Amino acid sequence: MFEYAPAPESRDIVDIRPSYGLFINGEWVEPQGEERHKTVNPATEEVLAEVAWAGEADVDRAVQAAAKAFPVWSAMPGAERAKYLFRIARIIQERARELAVLETLDNGKPIRESRDVDLPLVAAHFFYYAGWADKLAYAGFGPDPRPLGVAGQVIPWNFPLLMLAWKIAPALACGNTVVLKPAETTPLTALAFADICRQADLPPGVVNIVTGAGGTGAALVNHPGVDKVAFTGSTEVGRLIARSLAGTRKKLTLELGGKAANIVFDDAPLDQAVEGIVNGIFFNQGHVCCAGSRLLVQESIAADLLEALKRRLGTLRLGDPLDKNTDIGAINSAEQLAKIRELSEAGEAEGAERWSPACPIPDRGYWFPPTLFTGVAQSHRIAREEIFGPVLSVLTFRTPAEAVEKANNTPYGLSAGVWTEKASLMLWMASRLRAGVVWSNTFNRFDPASPFGGFKESGYGREGGRHGLEGYLAL
Amino acid sequence: MSERTERLSVRKTYKLFIGGAFPRSESGRSYVVTSSKGDFIANAARASRKDARDAVSAARKAFPGWSGATAYNRGQILYRIAEMLEGRRAQFVAEITAVGGVGAKQAGEMVDAAVDRLVWYAGWSDKIGAVLGSANPVAGPYFNLSSPEPTGVVAVVAPQGPLLGLVSVIAPVIVTGNTCVVVACERAPLPAITLAEVLATSDLPGGVVNILTGSAAEIAPWLAGHMDVNGIDLTGADAELAVTCEELAAENLKRVLRPPVDRVDWLADPGIERMTAFLETKTVWHPIGV
Repeated sequence: MFEYAPAPESRDIVDIRPSYGLFINGEWVEPQGEERHKTVNPATEEVLAEVAWAGEADVDRAVQAAAKAFPVWSAMPGAERAKYLFRIARIIQERARELAVLETLDNGKPIRESRDVDLPLVAAHFFYYAGWADKLAYAGFGPDPRPLGVAGQVIPWNFPLLMLAWKIAPALACGNTVVLKPAETTPLTALAFADICRQADLPPGVVNIVTGAGGTGAALVNHPGVDKVAFTGSTEVGRLIARSLAGTRKKLTLELGGKAANIVFDDAPLDQAVEGIVNGIFFNQGHVCCAGSRLLVQESIAADLLEALKRRLGTLRLGDPLDKNTDIGAINSAEQLAKIRELSEAGEAEGAERWSPACPIPDRGYWFPPTLFTGVAQSHRIAREEIFGPVLSVLTFRTPAEAVEKANNTPYGLSAGVWTEKASLMLWMASRLRAGVVWSNTFNRFDPASPFGGFKESGYGREGGRHGLEGYLAL
Repeated sequence: MSERTERLSVRKTYKLFIGGAFPRSESGRSYVVTSSKGDFIANAARASRKDARDAVSAARKAFPGWSGATAYNRGQILYRIAEMLEGRRAQFVAEITAVGGVGAKQAGEMVDAAVDRLVWYAGWSDKIGAVLGSANPVAGPYFNLSSPEPTGVVAVVAPQGPLLGLVSVIAPVIVTGNTCVVVACERAPLPAITLAEVLATSDLPGGVVNILTGSAAEIAPWLAGHMDVNGIDLTGADAELAVTCEELAAENLKRVLRPPVDRVDWLADPGIERMTAFLETKTVWHPIGV
């Protein structure tokens, strides 16, 4: 591997306050309780700031603010709502570098990804849904589609600002108001977004941000004043939410876990497939619900592919997320690192063979080297459970039918990948894979115009595209 | 010459409809179906948990073939169901009036509406994809296409009432390629089994529609908690049963169609929501380049 001189992005561009309150009704307010939580940089374990953990009373206050803002916001002409969203999109573009650095500091993802993937997609998402706000009558949901009311939204830590955009942009475009809870380990860009709402002069109460952990999220989704719940996160929590909403009239959309198969046929261009496999599982340290975590490779090319893959993994650079040459950043939290370690140990214990490239690990922070397992059986935990880390399980197949069988042999159904030069085989596979997104000869592509979401236990509802409006409209 | 006697009619045994066959409940249980005046009409099968599981297995087994059939073929078969139903109009009118509550004229209107509803849904088979799908203009050199796909095996708690409601909940589920297990209206199950005879003679593959009679309060939770059922339509469930089922359905994230807030007018335009409730969106990406 070439030696590169360090090329860190400057963190001077961000101004992190020592302590944050809650953003309710357009203002920063102190929580009623005393509980506060330190958010750390997972690459260094340095404390970045202290944030409030909102209790039930705080959540109630936020929901009331959103309910109060709803008549004004929903009655506003769509064209005016659109202009607010366009403004927000523009401010995000103007502050893109600052937000990218902040995201990388709080999340641990490489600056190359926060700068080149997350932030452009965040701005694009607001632009996209801004355009829908005054065109809802043409969206196929009837001549006068109505918003639902207050949306309670709970988002994960893997793409903090992007998930916020996926939630808030369609909600506001449709005329709903929002109470959003960011993940407890990555609250900072959501709090920065509160400031963006102020810069955009968004009417108070239209967007409210409450920080906290699971208890705050539960208080939000179970609040009787909430009309719609949108959650992205683990299937386990998704189940709890679905159960607790039984018997209510709240509309629910869930974007949950995955265990995607990335299927490589013997006619696939090997080098492109290797890049796709690497992008599929090592993008964002594998903290991706749609990650291609099960590599299904046709038996006849397995040896060649693995050799090329291992060679490529040897060139990945793990380290300072702010360095522009870094490929693999830090694991988001000690808790997540423990989970990845536990499952990897289970992989070894169950008989799979573990391999990682020689890869120096920094002394401080949370890190896990890119890892692949061969000799994996479908019954192994590493082939069944979502690891949510840079760990790839390799399985083989002989026929297309066997590939379909193995790919679908999971309760999840979020995404899948197919690598072949034969178009008829690609379409045959795509039609049989029970997954919401099928990437063929590519992987981990996202776009605001393209619906995203799962089959089976990966959740329901779609985010993105015309389809993404449905979850925020009364039909 | 002997005296002429009234001919004794041959009655029908009402059984379940599972995998295209008409078995009795494996439990041997049955229950009495009466008219609104309380007169005995028939013994209907009271489905057990094992029957429910058998029905889910049959529906799962039928899913690949039915969802993989062409939309045109599914539309043809739904239209065929309408034809067969029309041919049995008199029988359904008799069965509906026997249960009581409606006269022959109203019963006839309901059968007509049920036939028309099937024809309406039959036409959707090869159009719903065009209405709900999209070619998405993504910001990059990619072909990007979204299309609706059936959810899988759907449990259906049929609404009260003999035929029109039943047809109105089955047709939208199967026309898009789902297979289903239906819990028939408990009080008026006989037209549901007669409908099964219609389905069995309409080229509908066995297992696409399975019909269970018995206690909805018993059967629906078994289906709601079944891990190989992907969705549940609770239209016919009362409030308490609906909450129980929705809670059970959360275990494997079933798609849930909650019971309607207001009483449904089954004669009204049904809209497409009963179809969209059990459709997934699949989006396929492929690079464009030379």
